[in-house]
Amino acid sequence: MAIYGKLEARKAPSNTKGPIHWARENLFKTVLSSILTLFALYIVYIIIPPLLDWMIFDATWSGTKEEIVNEGARWIFIFEKFNLFIYGFYPPELYWRPNLALAIFVLYVIGFRKINHTKVRAFIILSFPVITYFLIAGGLGLEEVGTDKWGGLVLTIIVASVGIIASFPIGIVFALGRQSHMPIIRTISVIYIEFIRGVPLITLLFMSSVILPLFFPEGMEFDKLLRALIGITMFQAAYIAEVVRGGLQAIPTGQYEAADSLGLTYWKKMGLVILPQALKISIPNLVGSFISLFKDTTLILIIGLFDILAMVTLTNSDTNWLGFETEGYVFVTMIYWVICFGMSKYAASIAQKFNTER
Amino acid sequence: MSEQEYMIQLKAVNKWYGDFHVLKDINLNVKKGERIVICGPSGSGKSTTIRCINRLEPFQEGNIIVSGLELTEDVKRIIEVRKHVGMVFQHFNLFPHLSILENLILSPTWVKGTSRKEATKIAMHFLERVKIADQADKYPNQLSGGQQQRVAIARCLCMNPEIMLFDEPTSALDPEMIGEVLDVMSELANDGITMVCVTHEMGFAKKVADRVIFMDAGQIVEENNPHDFFDNPQSDRLKLFLEQILDH
Repeated sequence: MAIYGKLEARKAPSNTKGPIHWARENLFKTVLSSILTLFALYIVYIIIPPLLDWMIFDATWSGTKEEIVNEGARWIFIFEKFNLFIYGFYPPELYWRPNLALAIFVLYVIGFRKINHTKVRAFIILSFPVITYFLIAGGLGLEEVGTDKWGGLVLTIIVASVGIIASFPIGIVFALGRQSHMPIIRTISVIYIEFIRGVPLITLLFMSSVILPLFFPEGMEFDKLLRALIGITMFQAAYIAEVVRGGLQAIPTGQYEAADSLGLTYWKKMGLVILPQALKISIPNLVGSFISLFKDTTLILIIGLFDILAMVTLTNSDTNWLGFETEGYVFVTMIYWVICFGMSKYAASIAQKFNTER
Repeated sequence: MSEQEYMIQLKAVNKWYGDFHVLKDINLNVKKGERIVICGPSGSGKSTTIRCINRLEPFQEGNIIVSGLELTEDVKRIIEVRKHVGMVFQHFNLFPHLSILENLILSPTWVKGTSRKEATKIAMHFLERVKIADQADKYPNQLSGGQQQRVAIARCLCMNPEIMLFDEPTSALDPEMIGEVLDVMSELANDGITMVCVTHEMGFAKKVADRVIFMDAGQIVEENNPHDFFDNPQSDRLKLFLEQILDH
């Protein structure tokens, strides 16, 4: 027989932490990893300094076109055309309206994370599109601005947000429909989803801008932007449906049975028990899909709408400013990257907040 | 005994999974306040039987009458029956996205229309009864298995059911946690609620049950009071079953 006393916890040995240990462990553990580390450092060395020179140190930040002497980027082009990139042909004296809409949007985005009340959250999601619409389009005493004047980054954000917000409920309905026990509803959902997913977005945009009007009575004018929005929403809804279906399939049957046994109806079971869990699981994939959509919105330039990318192309045909494509496209690239990266980070923080499963 | 005094009646219930005959002519009457334990080897149809009582499983032939309501295909009727019947599952099935308290008030508020304040009061009452009121704001996955199962029992009680169904409530628990759950169930039994319990806890059956039912291969083989059931089994199949589970 033997009896053992209680052992006290000891500190880890000191040679298992610190930056030198980290480098040895992660960068130079084997000969191969040392070679790869040095090679990666070399690649960084040949790319980063010239890039920084072009973008910052040799760049032209002020003055006029005639005074340019530096070899680097000529950012004065961006400053000159900045308002066109951001607002398109929106009347300059009304710039405060999209600005205010953006400010409200930022407030909402920050507030949404801090608020724990479901009703306030619902109010935020539902009120935002209404407020934004009246701010940008006018009406209710504000001067009206036609959609042909919308453009630039403002239009890109409008198209992307409408696509995301409108497609979300539609996508959920199709996801539920695809899981339905009723054969007709299931078949309709499957056909819709598979048809849309089998067709490129650009085809849908052509269809909604060219074919859709054929179904309306003669003489009925149908806004070009609205047609594009319908096409994008239809497209995105099919993808959302598939993402949400993945989430639904991950929920154990026990959750359905527990909700059933408590007497919840189908819609209450789905709305209170199943969907909150399924959507939470789907957040990373949903955001991936939203980011794709945000980038896909540039395709609306095909049907004659001027989003930010189209504005760059357009300003390049200004005879006073020929040959400034590079600066324009780099600028647009940075804007896209900042917004997409922001969406990704924001979603991660939302997912973290809702994570109760640990 | 007249028909009205039965809380649950199964009349010649038959069920098939495809061609497989899982329930064969199940006849079972449960009186108000009666405590039934169903045991039997796995695959004998005992879980399926109690899952038919709240219509989690459809059945093809026979009748089931619960609390005076006959189960039909009608969704409203099924939900009406479920309001009278609480069910505790092997894997607890708490809602992981809701706190303990929210788990308890969900169905009183959404199914019965109880105010949130009133539902919270009821929920705290039952959480105290299962001795975990101090965990009300935690989430299910922060609790031990035994605690989760006690929450699951409290969640059913918040609906004020006339009948409680237990589907192997201790089978997924660590041995040291089985006791706390059985204690709560024994207390419930003393309160006079109608209970149908599928379990392998023979000690619980001896102590609490009014009647023990043995099922094998989709049919009821033997039923008796606990004393005779364990000390004087009649059928060979039950004798074999008892030998196998009691000798270890």
